[in-house]
Amino acid sequence: MVVDITRLKTGESGIVARIGGGYGLTSRVQNLGIRVGKRINKVSSHFGQGPQIIRIDNTQIALGYGMAKRIMVET
Amino acid sequence: MKNIYLVGNPNVGKSVIFNRLTGTDVIVSNYPGTTVEFTKGYMRIKKEKFGVIDAPGIYTLNPTSKAEKIAAKMLQGKVDLIVNIIDATNLERNLNLTLQLLKKRIPMVLVLNFWDETKHAGIDINLGKLEKILGIPCISTCGITGEGIKELVEKISQPKVSHYDYLEEDRWSEIGSIIENVQKVTYRHHTFWEKLGDASVKTFSGIPIALVILFLSFKLIRFIGEGLIVYVFEPIFEKFWAPLILKLSGFLGSGGILHDILIGKLKDGGIDFGESFGLLTTGFFVPFGAVLPYVFAFYIVLSFLEDSGYLPRLAVLVDTFMHKFGLHGLAIIPMMLGFGCNVPAALSTRIMETRRERFIAATLMAIAIPCMAQIAMIAGLAGKYGAKAFGMIFATLFFVWVFVGFLMKRFISGESPEIFTEIPPYRLPYFKGLLKKVWIRVKWFLKEAIPFVLLGVFLVNILYTLGIIQWIGKFTAPIVTGILGLPREAVGALVVGFLRKDVAVGMLAPLDLTLKQVVIACVVLAMYFPCVATFATLLRELGLIDMIKSALVMVFSTLIVGSILNLIL
Repeated sequence: MVVDITRLKTGESGIVARIGGGYGLTSRVQNLGIRVGKRINKVSSHFGQGPQIIRIDNTQIALGYGMAKRIMVET
Repeated sequence: MKNIYLVGNPNVGKSVIFNRLTGTDVIVSNYPGTTVEFTKGYMRIKKEKFGVIDAPGIYTLNPTSKAEKIAAKMLQGKVDLIVNIIDATNLERNLNLTLQLLKKRIPMVLVLNFWDETKHAGIDINLGKLEKILGIPCISTCGITGEGIKELVEKISQPKVSHYDYLEEDRWSEIGSIIENVQKVTYRHHTFWEKLGDASVKTFSGIPIALVILFLSFKLIRFIGEGLIVYVFEPIFEKFWAPLILKLSGFLGSGGILHDILIGKLKDGGIDFGESFGLLTTGFFVPFGAVLPYVFAFYIVLSFLEDSGYLPRLAVLVDTFMHKFGLHGLAIIPMMLGFGCNVPAALSTRIMETRRERFIAATLMAIAIPCMAQIAMIAGLAGKYGAKAFGMIFATLFFVWVFVGFLMKRFISGESPEIFTEIPPYRLPYFKGLLKKVWIRVKWFLKEAIPFVLLGVFLVNILYTLGIIQWIGKFTAPIVTGILGLPREAVGALVVGFLRKDVAVGMLAPLDLTLKQVVIACVVLAMYFPCVATFATLLRELGLIDMIKSALVMVFSTLIVGSILNLIL
């Protein structure tokens, strides 16, 4: 199933399938290692459309809800 | 002279290696964006002198934040050698920048820092293979213990220009194949630190953890600061300094202009370090006796929070709230730094991406965050009314922070992107490094503060002697007395506050203010305008137009808040 990162539950993981958004967003998230084919682990999310925390390889990343919505993962 | 540039992602330990290479003091922390300005130092290898430049961290040569722009622009100048420092535990992400740098065809050395951590992380990197593929020297280091630095110095005199080539659109797949070739990862269990790290970014466990940490920080600052004052600084001033000054006073004939400027007014034949207001009495006591202990205490605690890696986690927790101000969570960093001194805090607004965010963050910080020098003096002044006055002052400032933040979000146009940041792993602060950092900051404080404090005290004497303050007092009475409900003499503090806020708060001591007046005066002094050092920094960071706007926000909100306080208290 393909869902965006906000839909992942804490502790769940998925493989990045698609990054929806322009060149700017794609290259920005790529710089921190988020790109198609990488496994993402959800660490936590904050209520009220708060930031989403994920782990990718050895890095923990905090990203805004809107950005997380545009990153689709295959679970 | 050849110039060496240290380039790498944020938070890979560039500044530690810079310290090691040059012996020049720079601040090191465990969060992305500590270095927002470049620092230059020098080193000697076999009699040849090199300039070493510590650049702000970048993820790519196509920059997104102001700090990144500074770094990217620097690399377009004359660069003789690049030392690319990467985080060995995050090889893949770091190689992205490395491959971009290789294409510049500048002599280069690759440093894999945090090498010791790769073992715990179950990562095995084949350095020899990596060196062969990239065609440049690759060295493993551990900045904190100094491992590998000697080898780095050797290799700096024999760098290589890489001939590695790839198509721009294939960069990530190139990286993928390099990784497959040189790196092996084995599974391992999560460590205690990682579990703690996860707990502190989850809402339900994170908020209580944050409250406990902030409460303990506050307690610790007070404990260290007050302890130093009561057991060290006050005895020194009372037992050693006061008798000396009294002798000098007798020698000067207990009066006259010189006596007034150097020693000030005696109280019941003795010296009152808070109220005498001479250069050698109050002028020395304010920076050393009253403020330094708290500044020292604050920087110990702040440095610990920084080096442990807690601040980015706090940023995540407050992110949703900061959105109400048109900011994102990372804006908490300038706010926290501001409690130490507003100058570095103003500089740190560079970690924010847009002009709007920088404007809001800088203005909010300058308006509602009093620096430690000011807080220490407020604690002294409000002390006679107990915790009540102190609480009222800070509750008001917090309210101002929130309210002005809301308003600025509404009325300042521009973009506010979402938070997007790496959260570094928790690291146990390296004690020697931490002490060094506190020392750099205390030294910096003394260098910045003492001349201005002395100038402030000197000016107070001159202005009073010439009757200028009395004249301004008459002229501004409608505002100071009418709107703010303060005695006319309080205007002297407002004048000196432009120079140094701690001296200004100190000037309120002899006025015998009521509780209400103490609260209003302290709030107004904190808000109305930044001190000259902060003003100069803000002017440089924001530009003239935005600085004028920011100053207008400060002046107007001060008048509004001051008059409301005067009405309701």
